[in-house]
Parts: sequence; structure tokens; C-alpha cells
Amino acid sequence: MKMRAYIIRRLLLLVIVLFGVSVLIFAILSLFTPEQRASVFVTDVRQLKDVQEIIEKHGLDAPMHVQYYNWMRALLRGDLGWSKTAQKPVLEALLFFLPNTVELAIFSAPLIVLVGIWLGSVSAVHQDKLIDHTTRTLAIVGWSLPTFWFGLMLLMIFYGYFRGLLPPEALGMKASLYVQSAEFTRYSRLNTIDALLNGQLWIFLDALRHLVLPVITLTVVQCALVMRIMRSSMLEVLGRGYITTARAKGADESTVVRKHARRNALIPVITVSGWLVASLVHGVVITETIFSRKGLGWWWARAAIQLDIPAVLCAILFNGVLFVVTNLVVDLLYVYIDPRVRLR
Amino acid sequence: MKTLKTKLASWDELKKSLRPRVEELKFSLHRIKRSPLSLVGLSLILLFAALAILAPQLAPPERVHEPYHIPRYGYAAVPRPPSAEHIFGTTEGQYDVYYGVIWGTRTAFRIGFMVVGATFVIGLVLGSLAGYYGGVFDEVIMRIADIFMSVPTLILAMALVTALGHSLDNVIKALIIVGWPIYARLIRGDILRVREEDYVSAARAVGCSGPLIIIKHVLPNSIYPMLIMASLDIGAVVLVAAALSFLGLGAPVGYADWGQMVSFARNWIVGPPQDPFAYWHTITIPGLFMLFFVLGWNLLGDAFRDILDPRLRRR
Repeated sequence: MKMRAYIIRRLLLLVIVLFGVSVLIFAILSLFTPEQRASVFVTDVRQLKDVQEIIEKHGLDAPMHVQYYNWMRALLRGDLGWSKTAQKPVLEALLFFLPNTVELAIFSAPLIVLVGIWLGSVSAVHQDKLIDHTTRTLAIVGWSLPTFWFGLMLLMIFYGYFRGLLPPEALGMKASLYVQSAEFTRYSRLNTIDALLNGQLWIFLDALRHLVLPVITLTVVQCALVMRIMRSSMLEVLGRGYITTARAKGADESTVVRKHARRNALIPVITVSGWLVASLVHGVVITETIFSRKGLGWWWARAAIQLDIPAVLCAILFNGVLFVVTNLVVDLLYVYIDPRVRLR
Repeated sequence: MKTLKTKLASWDELKKSLRPRVEELKFSLHRIKRSPLSLVGLSLILLFAALAILAPQLAPPERVHEPYHIPRYGYAAVPRPPSAEHIFGTTEGQYDVYYGVIWGTRTAFRIGFMVVGATFVIGLVLGSLAGYYGGVFDEVIMRIADIFMSVPTLILAMALVTALGHSLDNVIKALIIVGWPIYARLIRGDILRVREEDYVSAARAVGCSGPLIIIKHVLPNSIYPMLIMASLDIGAVVLVAAALSFLGLGAPVGYADWGQMVSFARNWIVGPPQDPFAYWHTITIPGLFMLFFVLGWNLLGDAFRDILDPRLRRR
């Protein structure tokens, strides 16, 4: 019963934050001139002479609260405007670019988390030994790496020096033509999974080859954050009484680390997942731009350069929802992971 | 005569009252000297500071009134390798890489100091007021902070720069608008913690006013986590600004900015077949400057965490 009340309260909070994000979006929108805002409705060059008419028709010079009401009504109908960079309505473009980004996230997120947790706990177990100093220094260097520069350096070596060993973009020429042909059924629109479902191993391998560099770029830069949190939380747990108890009862060191320490040390890592997702989004925008992987990040970066207002606003809305949903999931996960929260 | 005497007396008193602080400062310097990583960080920052200060001597500008404009030596697109005349070579469009990275150091310091300085002050004021007074004011400020923090920095900054117009000044403005909530939250949390401490109640009992308590008794105890945060943040802010410039949202073409210099190099990652690393200098050099600058601040911040935090320093 208490659980249900908790979830309902969280959902209410979700609505409040989303409302706040929408106000924020509107505040940004109000920085534009009515003419710039009119560009949302322009889908054809021939409409340009009617800009004044468009402004009047959609009330773009009306008071802000009236405009907010109109904008909200359009939003609730699913009308997010027209993205000129994607040449599609925003909602359609979002669904079009999503799979490439999801694929990148599916391959890199587990790697970031696992490598980070492993390095963090190794570092904590061997505190102030050589391995601890090495991993800590590497983490600071990784965290200081400019993502875009690191990605380009990898391209210089593995695409330039090794003659196209690990190329940019999402698929090679031949594979991408085949994927678009009628012989290939798109189930999930994720290249790797669809390739396997279609029984085309060579496309699967081609997609993997294109994923290697972006995944490495993201992992090296992002796992430093997980590692740091894991290390400090592990150090704290290792100093607790129940660890001493376990040791006193004669458990061998690896059991103590695996069963008693690491599981408990994971909780703070879960707490910052929302933060991790935000940092991953940052990484994805840069990585996709560098490797010309046509996903959400690539689209948003391009939209910002070409003043594609609806697409940029979609980026904020999407990330606001993503953040709120991640935090909700984290809070619910807590209840199952941490018995102390469950009892309360 | 009398006034001079009282002045002198108060001077002695001032010295006396400052003594513990001087002692603590000496202890901090001692700790810094003993931590190799913080020394590396400090030397990196000092090196970059020297580069920034000596920029007019190291790379004399041709046009004195616009020193941030990188001089061009011809208009050919293909970058030229390092030579005696251009020790770091030229990048796309014959911009001199050496000149660009030297003056880019100034740009990086300017972005870092302006953004972190402004976010620090805004966060400090809003956070301490929210934490000390609580109530509706606290609720409103913190909910606004929540909303700003629910969108990744890069995305929100991208949107703001799109709205304000593409330029370096607008990148700085956008990063300030986006950055303050972290500081506000940090200081608020700390103030909530110390507000109930005995020495704050004592100060209140003696009749200190709210702002005086915040400035004299609460802030000196909560400022260190914020300073550490600021040091780490300078690195992070410079990285985001560089990323925005790289995407083409920041510095105008030809402006001395590391992020933009990397974006010049983007079309020259791969050299001709017989020499794949022909243009290595266009990307490697500005990138290393950026990496070491950010690394310096991160090392410094990381070491400060152990050295300045009153709960950790005497261990």
C-alpha cells in the first residue's frame, strides 16, 4: 500500500519537472524573434514571402502565455513541428534517428558500467598500491580527454594508418544498400539485430566493425566517472563492521570482496545513473558527429548549427523525459535492491 | 596620535586573529609539496598561465587590435607540415597552428574563469540564501535548479547558443545560465548541515544578523567543497566550450580557439595513401594543449579534495 502511494507521489513529481522543462523550453523559444519562430511552419521556400501571414495566423507575436497555451495544445496533439535538417516532421525524425543511437548505447553502456565497476573495485581493494595509482591516474586522464579529439585520433590511426580497418558511419556502402533493399526485413531497425534475424552474418560483422571506434571512445571517456564513484564507495564499505565480521568468521578475501563488499558498494553507482545517462547523451552527441553515425546526437548537433528550432527543442524535451524516467526507474530499483528502503 | 595607536593595536589584533589561518595555509602548502599529482597539476596550470601572459611576446600579433585572429599564410586548403618558419605547421586554410594554440590558451582561461567565476557567485548567493532562510524561497530556487539539471549541459547549452546566436560570448553566457545549479545545491546542502551546529546558534544568540552569520560563520566552513568543485569545473567547462566550438556553435572562423582548431583538422585526419599521418600536427597539437590544460585543473581539484577538506586533511 505504501509502495503505491510512493509511486503515485513520484509520478506527480514527474509531471511537475516535465512542466518545468516545458516552461524552460518556452523561455528559450521566447528569445527568438517572431520571424525566426515562423520558420517552424515554413516547409517550402515559396512560403517565405508569406512570413508575415504565418506570424499572424499562428499568433507568433501574441503575448507569451497565449503562445504557450497554443504550443502546449499542439504538443499534446503530437505536433512538434517540422525539422528542416531531417526534412521530416520532428516526431517522425525522432523515430527515424533513434535506432542508431539505441544501438550505440546498447553496446557501450554495459561496457562503461562493467569496466568502471571492475576498475573501481580493483583500485579500492589494492588501495595505495601501484595498481590503485595507475587506475586512478588513467581515470583522471580519461576524464580530461576531449571526446571529439580522442575520437578523431582513433580515426586517424584505425581508419587512416590501418587503411580503413575500422571505418566511420554506421554501415559500409554495400551493406547499407543491401539493408535498404526489399530482401532485407527491418524488424527492430537496429542493424546488428536485424542482420542476425535475417541470417546475414556479413552485415552483422560489418555493423560491429563500424561500432568498435564509437564504443571505445565512449567507454574510455565515460567509465572514469563510474570508476571513481565505485572506488570511493567500495573503500567506505570495506571499512564497515560487517566486513570485519565476515573476515573474522574465516571467509576468504575473494568471497568477502565479491559477496559482502562489492554488492553493497554498487548502491551509490545506481544512485548516479541519472547523471550517467546525461553524461552519455553528451558523449553520444559528440561521438555520432565525429563518426558520422546518423543518430539522434548527429541530428541535434546539425540542427543547432542550422538553426533548426523544432529539432533543438525536441532534444531538450526528449532529454528531460529521459532524465525523469531514469530517475524514476532508479528509485523503484532501489526498493528491490536495498532492503533498508523496502522496510521503511 | 591616539588614532594611530588604536590603529596599530587593531593591526596587532588583526595579525593575531589571522595567525591560525596563516598556519593552516602553511600546512596546505606543505601537503601540496608532498603530493606529486597535485604538483604536476599545479605546474601544468602555471605553465599555461605563463603561455597566456606571455602570448604577445611568444606569438606577436600582426594586427595589434585583433590579436585573437590567427594570421593566415596563403589560402591553399592543404595543411603544411611543421617547418622552421611555422614550428607547428599550418592547418586548413594556412592558419598558423603555433599562433592559434598560444592565443587559444588565453581564450581557454577566459572561458574557464568567466564561466566558473560567474556560476560560482550566482550559485553561492542563491544557494546560501535558499539554505539559510529555507521555506518558499528555498523551494522555488531548488525546483528551478532541478529543472536546469534535468537536461544535459551540452544539450541545454546548444539550445541556448542557438537561440542567442552563434558566438563565443554567447557560449560563455549559455554555460553560465546552465552551470549555477550545481554550486547552489552544494552550498545549500552544506548550509543545511551547519545551520543547526552549536556555533551558529551561539552566533545567533549573540545577536548576529542573518547575512553576517552566513558570511562569517557558515561560508568559511562550507567553501572548500565549492573551491574543489570550481577547480574541476574549469576543466569541464573548457571541454564543453571546446566541443561547442568544434561543432561550429562557438568561436567565429579563424579565432584562436582550441576546439575550432580541431574542427579545422577534421577534413585532414587521413593523409595521402603513401603517408597516412601527413597532417598529424593539425589535430594532435591543439588536442594535446586542450588535454593538458584540462588535466592540470582536474589533478589540482582532485588533490585539493584531500588537502583542503577539513575532514580529510589531518589524516
